[in-house]
Amino acid sequence: MKKLAISQALAALASARVLECDHASRGFHLSVAVAPLELPAAAKILDQQGFFIEAITGVDWLGEQAAPGPTVADQAEHQPPLPSEDSFEVVYDFNHFAKLCRVALRTRMPRSRPEIPTISAIYPGANWHERETHDFFGIIFSDHPDLSPLLLPEDADFHPLCKDYKP
Amino acid sequence: MSDLAVDPSCETFVLNMGPQHPATHGALRIKLVLDGEYIVEAEPVLGYIHRMHEKMGENRSYLAFMPNTGRLDYLSALSYNHGYVSVVERAAGIAIPERAEYLRVITVELNRISSHLLWLGAFVLDLGGFTPLLYTMDDREQLLDLLESVTGSRLTYCYFRFGGLYNDVDDNFGPGARAFIKRMRRRLPMYHKLISKNVIFRQRLEGIAPVSAEMCRKYGATGPVARGSGIAYDVRKHEPYSVYPEFNFDIPVYEQGDSMARYLIRMDEIEQSLRIVEQGLDKLPPGPIMAVKVPKIIKPPKGDYYMAVEAARGSFGIRLVSDGSATPYRLKLRSPCLSNLSLFGEAARGLLLPDAVAFFGSLDLVIPDIDR
Repeated sequence: MKKLAISQALAALASARVLECDHASRGFHLSVAVAPLELPAAAKILDQQGFFIEAITGVDWLGEQAAPGPTVADQAEHQPPLPSEDSFEVVYDFNHFAKLCRVALRTRMPRSRPEIPTISAIYPGANWHERETHDFFGIIFSDHPDLSPLLLPEDADFHPLCKDYKP
Repeated sequence: MSDLAVDPSCETFVLNMGPQHPATHGALRIKLVLDGEYIVEAEPVLGYIHRMHEKMGENRSYLAFMPNTGRLDYLSALSYNHGYVSVVERAAGIAIPERAEYLRVITVELNRISSHLLWLGAFVLDLGGFTPLLYTMDDREQLLDLLESVTGSRLTYCYFRFGGLYNDVDDNFGPGARAFIKRMRRRLPMYHKLISKNVIFRQRLEGIAPVSAEMCRKYGATGPVARGSGIAYDVRKHEPYSVYPEFNFDIPVYEQGDSMARYLIRMDEIEQSLRIVEQGLDKLPPGPIMAVKVPKIIKPPKGDYYMAVEAARGSFGIRLVSDGSATPYRLKLRSPCLSNLSLFGEAARGLLLPDAVAFFGSLDLVIPDIDR
């Protein structure tokens, strides 16, 4: 069972909170929240177990401190403690070619210091996805080889998917 | 690979291929560092037709975003329609009548064939063969007429609705689709004779630009690119959705990983799609095409949802984050072409420039899908 193996391996990480999800209603099997610093370790585990990277994306939880957001309400006990200020979430979608097992790897960081480590050294495919996330949210992936805009104009200094973005 | 590519001389030069170049099939630039005719470095530069569909998703209702999904990969728009309605139906818990599911599968597969036909013509054109384009356009025209009679449009379809379809097929659709299947089954051997067995074509593709299964995994390449590298990954079988489990079809897989394998995969897929359409027409159940109780304003419960479908170019995914309101909180569109293109830089290193053009064509990229 791929799901069991990967959930045990990921649960061994100190900060990981593993939650099994109903695939039919949610579209993924495991939702794993880790602290930003343990991201590369989690990606390495997924890599060793033969997972491929499907996508990386951000979510801006501006205003969440005032009103709790969607994923927080129903899974409060499975989430690591939230930062005490509004945060960005980055979601990494992994899947397996041979055995169906979708893993959504999540991490949160405060909006004021949006910096997390890159996993592009482990998955070269993450390079562009991280660049795109940097374009759209301004999240900095430290040690990323090249964070210049991928889809936005080369001189873009705005991040359109931030909820406080004004054109 | 030439020795020069491994250890370039000091006489390298930079060449921009694109953004306006016929072989890039859209506004894409590839920054090439060349040593003579050998590629030392290839870096795709994206974003020339970036439209920020994801932001558009955040400021309109669920239904109003529907037409956008036909404008990502405009050659297989129905697959993208399908992915989007499916993720919203999954989130809102809407059940779909069986007839609607069958018609979705039939039209998506017809769309897949039309997409592969256009690719086939354009790909051979890239390699200098003009004639096949005229044949494939002729076949594709039959399909577009057929789909137009059902969906109302010829390219950027917006046919599905949450809970079903926009309208039912008329009496001419069944016979028309069967006539196309019959026609296409006669045409495929002709294509194989004309193209697959052509010695120039084969020498341009066989053994050129091999992509390993491991490279596909590291870059997240899916669809015909992964299947041409020996990975039997097809969302329709791997993570069945809609009524695909009811159908009998095979997933073509080739081990070689070269440009020829990617070409053959798509040719075989046309055959398999014909099988699916034929079975769908045989089994098409009567009944309604819309679910009865679909709310006028969709408000999925809070949470995040993921849905993947097999589009013509690979796994198209949507991650939907809902905050319980009538507009999506976040809509991530996972484009198969972006991931398939991301391995280009590594795989093209050391190739001859004309081989890289052939390799690029074999990836079958749609630039608006990459740039979104």
